[in-house]
Amino acid sequence: MKEAELVIVGAGPAGLCAAISAASSGAKVLIIERNKSLGGQLVKQTHMFFGSEKQYASTRGIDITDILLTELKKYEKNVEILTNSTVVGMYEDGIITVLHKEDKYFKIKPKAVIVCTGAFEKSLAFPNNDLPGIYGAGAVQTLMNVYGVKPGNKVLMVGAGNIGLIVSYQLMQAGVEVVAILDAAPKIGGYLVHASKIRRMGVPILTGYTVKEAIGKDYLEKAVICKLDNKFQQIPGTEQTLDADVMCISVGLTPLNELLSMSGCEMKYIPQLSGTVPVRNEDYETTIENLFVAGDISGVEEASAAMVEGYLAGLCAAAKIGHKAEDFENKKMDYLKQLSELRSGPVGEHILAGIEQIVR
Amino acid sequence: MEENTIICRCSDVTLKEVRDLIKEGYVTYDEIKRITRIGMGPCQGKTCGQLVMKEIAMSTGQNIKDVKFQTTRPPVVGVRLGLIAEEGRNNEE
Repeated sequence: MKEAELVIVGAGPAGLCAAISAASSGAKVLIIERNKSLGGQLVKQTHMFFGSEKQYASTRGIDITDILLTELKKYEKNVEILTNSTVVGMYEDGIITVLHKEDKYFKIKPKAVIVCTGAFEKSLAFPNNDLPGIYGAGAVQTLMNVYGVKPGNKVLMVGAGNIGLIVSYQLMQAGVEVVAILDAAPKIGGYLVHASKIRRMGVPILTGYTVKEAIGKDYLEKAVICKLDNKFQQIPGTEQTLDADVMCISVGLTPLNELLSMSGCEMKYIPQLSGTVPVRNEDYETTIENLFVAGDISGVEEASAAMVEGYLAGLCAAAKIGHKAEDFENKKMDYLKQLSELRSGPVGEHILAGIEQIVR
Repeated sequence: MEENTIICRCSDVTLKEVRDLIKEGYVTYDEIKRITRIGMGPCQGKTCGQLVMKEIAMSTGQNIKDVKFQTTRPPVVGVRLGLIAEEGRNNEE
């Protein structure tokens, strides 16, 4: 069995920041990442970030990975990285199991773990939702921004949150027509600065609409959309048919919590945090001692918040196992302050109402 | 149209099958899973989970936060039995 001091599961924005923070505090860190490269979803985020300078505002997501990896390199004597490796189990006795590619399976007994597995996309149920051409927004971003492959010619975007708006804009930049953007909610969920940019390019954003049906023989050819009433029920007679060969589903994310759920820590369904999340303390430690979380797994927010949560959880987890950073108190105060700044404003209010229900 | 709406992409389970089972009285995720294999494919319930819970909540009048999701167990992805046996032997030595 492999011994480890602090295991970090997932090397997205939260995981990398947790690793930097813990390794700089003096903890020996083992990062376990499922993909072959580090950075998680940052790899496909070609747009510039919002927030403040401390969370790399005005920097493109894809470049943030390099900044974080350069920072991590400073502490390389404390850092071991396993890529192509999936944590497949977490057990009550604190042992975790790892699958490397498909040919190596082993156990690890760490002193502490920070789970930073992020979130996954929600799906939608409508007739013919399995036709080729119907994608999640993440897949469209991967095709376009990672592999340079055009997903199709005429796109119907379902979801007007930030991801839906940003991906629509990126599609247009790539020369793909966006027919319309729909959202079931009565209001646009994403930032208005993104929405205005898209409207100025002549793309309608239809709020209070949903997909009634997809039509096509071998692949998507048309989509029937319709209006929703204030109870989210379809209103008969409001159907419209749009030509589209791509439908991009961007109806939100939900925490990827299966490892936590099997570990036995206490969890709660919190709508404001987009799903089932762990009960935790201010240090991001769950109800199981030395099991920490950071990023979307503790509630879906922006990558900027995930990074600060990562720094905070890394700092606290390292301290818990005997590596208290010299300026621990100042750093902790700074991270908490950054989080409360990121959570000011109407969206933040909603998030805080969720967090209130899980922090002890 | 319910028969053309796919809830579980891994095992091709439709909305009609899920609704029919709920009507027959199978109103927990685990029961529906045992009959249809929903949640037992490569995605382990990531695609279908929310959709099935919503259907259960709607038909039973529960709030979705009170609907119990499936029991999660290791491993989260497929692992060849040979590898598990090999690791077991390594630990015995």
